[in-house]
Amino acid sequence: MAVAVAEDDALWAAVADPTRRRVLDALLEQGEATTTTLAQGLPVTRQAVAKHLTVLNRVGLVTGRRRGREVRYVVRPERLDDAAEAMARVAAQWDTRLARIKRLAETVQAEAGIDF
Amino acid sequence: MAADSVEREILIEASPEVVWGVITEPEQIGRWFSDAAEVDTSPGTDGTLTWMPGGRGGGDKEFDAIVPIRVVDAEPFRRFSFRWNHPEGAGPDENNSALVEFSLIEEANCTRLRVIESGIDAVTHDEEGKARYIEDHEQGWERHFGEMLDYVSSKLRGATR
Repeated sequence: MAVAVAEDDALWAAVADPTRRRVLDALLEQGEATTTTLAQGLPVTRQAVAKHLTVLNRVGLVTGRRRGREVRYVVRPERLDDAAEAMARVAAQWDTRLARIKRLAETVQAEAGIDF
Repeated sequence: MAADSVEREILIEASPEVVWGVITEPEQIGRWFSDAAEVDTSPGTDGTLTWMPGGRGGGDKEFDAIVPIRVVDAEPFRRFSFRWNHPEGAGPDENNSALVEFSLIEEANCTRLRVIESGIDAVTHDEEGKARYIEDHEQGWERHFGEMLDYVSSKLRGATR
């Protein structure tokens, strides 16, 4: 994890809020969205969505681009990546290894041909 | 669970004795982990895991990657743990290596195999980052981590799909 730790804390704090995670989810699904379109699919007000987007924007998880009167937001997946890359990679590696262990052990067990 | 650890488990339709053999016998380790392994399950014993060019997970390397491991604890058919990724020539400790702990739990005609790897930070952070990490982190952060990791890794999978 190459990112500064203090920065990580802000990042985790930003993602720790369940509503903000739903905003992120919705944004990932829509690809690009405005505060208004996000609020339509969530049980929160437009103002609340705007506040969450401000927090997410501050830690770099989303970025906004002004188009006329509205701001269009997108997720920056590389920021999610920054904080969790090492851990997610380790977890995925163990999933792969455990799956291999399972296959090997079940083959050995089947060849032994005995129940235990 | 510590902040910088991951825990994974899988249910295997085999006896703990068979699973134990797969996770500890060098020949078997070479089928699920590294390409080659020198491992003795006596606690305190040093061994190596080797990834070879063109082998599993080392496809783009030009040379063998040899990673030292030291067995910490071994209770046949129940527990096996080792430290790894410490600098070559140095003894492993909690500041320079990650700890991998396997536990085997027998369940109705199956073995539940659990693995916890902790101290990942020790092998992914530089010294300054590590010192700050220890200073900065209290319990609250740890509580969130598992949930956060699941969330973020599911997002990463989603983003690359």
